[in-house]
Amino acid sequence: MPTRRWRAASAVLTLLVLLAPACGGDDGSASGSGPVPSSVGDGTDRELEGTTITVYSGRDEELVQPLIDRFEADTGITVEVRYGDSAEMAAQILEEGSETPADVFYSQEVGAVGALAKADLMGRLPAEVLERVDERFRPHEGTAWVGVTGRSRVIVYNPDLVDDPPESVLDLTDPQYEGQVAWVPGNASFQSFVTAFRVTRGEDAARQWLEDMQANGVDGDYESNVDVLDAVSNGDIALGLINHYYWARALPEVGGAENMGSRLIFPKGDDPGALVNATAVGVLAGAEDESAAQAFVEYLLSEAGQSYFAEEVFEYPLVEGVDDPEGVPPLEELEGPAIDLTDLDSLEETQSLLSEVGLIS
Amino acid sequence: MPARRRAPAGLTVLAAAVGVAVVAPLGHLALRATERGWDEVEATVWRARTLELVGRSLGLAAAVTAASLVIGVAGAWLVVRSDLPGRRVWQVVFGLPLALPSYVAAWAWIGWRPGLAGFWGAFVVMTSVSYPYVYLPVLAALRRADPALEEVARSLGRGPVRVFLAVTLRQVRVAATGGALLAGLYALSDFGAVSIMRHQTLTQTIYRSYRASFDRTPAAILGCVLVLIALVVVAGEARWRRAERQDRVGAGTDRPLTPVRLGRATVPALLGSAAMAGLALGVPAWNLVRWLHRGTSVAGHGELASAAGTTLGLAALAAVVTVALALPVGVLSARHPGRLPRAVTSAAYAGHALPGITVALAMVFFSIRVVPGLYQRTPVLIAAYVVLFLSLAVGSVHASVASVPPGLDEVARSLGRSRWGAWRAVTFRLASPGIGAGAALVCLTVMKELPATLLLRPLGVDTLATRLWGLTGASSYAAAAPYAAAIVILAAVPTALLTLPGRSR
Repeated sequence: MPTRRWRAASAVLTLLVLLAPACGGDDGSASGSGPVPSSVGDGTDRELEGTTITVYSGRDEELVQPLIDRFEADTGITVEVRYGDSAEMAAQILEEGSETPADVFYSQEVGAVGALAKADLMGRLPAEVLERVDERFRPHEGTAWVGVTGRSRVIVYNPDLVDDPPESVLDLTDPQYEGQVAWVPGNASFQSFVTAFRVTRGEDAARQWLEDMQANGVDGDYESNVDVLDAVSNGDIALGLINHYYWARALPEVGGAENMGSRLIFPKGDDPGALVNATAVGVLAGAEDESAAQAFVEYLLSEAGQSYFAEEVFEYPLVEGVDDPEGVPPLEELEGPAIDLTDLDSLEETQSLLSEVGLIS
Repeated sequence: MPARRRAPAGLTVLAAAVGVAVVAPLGHLALRATERGWDEVEATVWRARTLELVGRSLGLAAAVTAASLVIGVAGAWLVVRSDLPGRRVWQVVFGLPLALPSYVAAWAWIGWRPGLAGFWGAFVVMTSVSYPYVYLPVLAALRRADPALEEVARSLGRGPVRVFLAVTLRQVRVAATGGALLAGLYALSDFGAVSIMRHQTLTQTIYRSYRASFDRTPAAILGCVLVLIALVVVAGEARWRRAERQDRVGAGTDRPLTPVRLGRATVPALLGSAAMAGLALGVPAWNLVRWLHRGTSVAGHGELASAAGTTLGLAALAAVVTVALALPVGVLSARHPGRLPRAVTSAAYAGHALPGITVALAMVFFSIRVVPGLYQRTPVLIAAYVVLFLSLAVGSVHASVASVPPGLDEVARSLGRSRWGAWRAVTFRLASPGIGAGAALVCLTVMKELPATLLLRPLGVDTLATRLWGLTGASSYAAAAPYAAAIVILAAVPTALLTLPGRSR
């Protein structure tokens, strides 16, 4: 006999099923800020009011949604966003093919958009849009994507623990830094840096450096860039390899650079440790409303969009005339390996190398 | 046994339709794998690396299965057959780890013991969240088992250990291997724990292949390898089960057996139970509490509540749909065993062995071409859950229908009920606790699911798992903790239901 318990359970279950459409339809991305008036002269107008675009974002909701809310308020265009992991989203768009609902793809890195461009799924961006950014941050061939923000690799160090700061990642194999350096081999930005190392200096040099670092007792047990930064700032370890914006984001929290327990080194020349990578955006070939999709791309590159990334996310704006984030050297002064960012798509070889030397399994 | 009658046509058609739905993703996988010709397939399969990965995946799955069998059977025996103090509490505690997503357990362990990373870390975490797959069905089987057999054995002077080995174990064998199969396939398909523990397996490589090369072909080829492994394991289990068929003439008397006195073994048994609970529940719970206290970024209550509502709604809907679709397959395989139900069941198990991302991409491919209007709407997401978790429900339905003597239906029909009426009045009612258990199992598993939910959820819809993913991606562990805790608390409800005795008379 079915007992009362199961009857009750099935009643509850039925109720839930009936309720299911009622909940969950609401948008879970309530952002705290209301509409912010756009900054003057960013060139947006309201002729596209009432249109809707779908954006696939490989970047985190916390970082991107506030800007999208502003775009909607400024233009009257409705933006539906799907958040996910950049690479898995690229796989999803490849499966969707020409039927994809996405009009715009905004990716954490160039490689994912590059893969879609190779499959002829990306449309073209107007030349004048591409020309707003430095040629380092746009494709060498075609006009499938454009860089939006820059993220520089840096060496973070604790001045109390390091008398003689290194100038290059190549210096870190020196015995004086033995057991003093932390890195995060599983992190995507770290892997892009190793890819740049391989592409510019060759496989053997990259392998040699990794092995020398290991022989020098590098610490790979930290979970994330944030953990490495905290450890260096607190004096648990002397140096670390991270991205610049983690440090820049922590500045306001501690009240300025003088209160930070750590400082940054931006290596010079073609040091792979000075790689400046970009987040990238493009319009899909099958975009239903191309002009609205273009408007979104242009908004990311407008003064409003670029200042938002500089001020809130502390990434480098790629468009002239927008102030760089506080507390870090300007983008013009940053050097780094001269490579086409699309060439960073040989990530698989990097991961094979990292697993060969035992850094990732 | 009465002569086996032909299966009703309606049932066969329904089961076949479910079969087609479940096989579709496998077809998509084959399509993707062979896209660039057989040479690529051969090259990928015969790479030394692939063989090594197969070995690692099988090694982990085998170790997790063996450990789950020992822990699951021992735990169930302790709470049903022994005089373990506090066994009413232990019966629930032993089942609860099933409510933990593997990635939450893995974070807890890696945070506490970073040195565990690798095979042992993956083994500890996967075993601690998988053994309830064995524990729960064995618990049910022990409660159903006829105590008379054990009493006879005892009266013939056998000691408790020999009674356990000769009688009790035989009674729960089928339940235990069915559970072990689920635990093993879960270990094969899991990504969360192995990636956090940095232990490379086929599944972990499949994910990494998408992330590193944006190339779907090698990932699909490795997916096919996983499917083959699953099919071999399932076929082996089925063959073994057929050899082990047990028929009961009557239900026996459902009365409590005099519990086995643990005596001097009481203290070790209690210590063992506490250690197990500490490893499987204590470590993750302590870690969640630590996170909740860490930092100041706290989730908005509104967002948490809405994500919890969505999670509950989707999980309940998926449970109802999955069980409804599992019914024709389970009934057919229990009452009219044959090639069709066997094939559908095997396909369902293969779906369970596949990584969520693989099934999700197959659903993307089919839904956008066949039902473009439903793509990224709830029905397609539910369909993905069905493909992934049908095996959980089919097993429960099959076992509970098989435990109802078919003669009862015939009696009801001779009293003038229609076939359907008799089935509803007799078999379905008697089997309903087991069917309900299948629904609860699907429900709690869907609550924990991430990859397919991420790809297929309707725009703007967030579940607890997707919010958790978004927040950990932004490295705000403190903000993520309430979501992890909410998943565990929500999933704990159906889990606790599963551990309680199904019928009271």
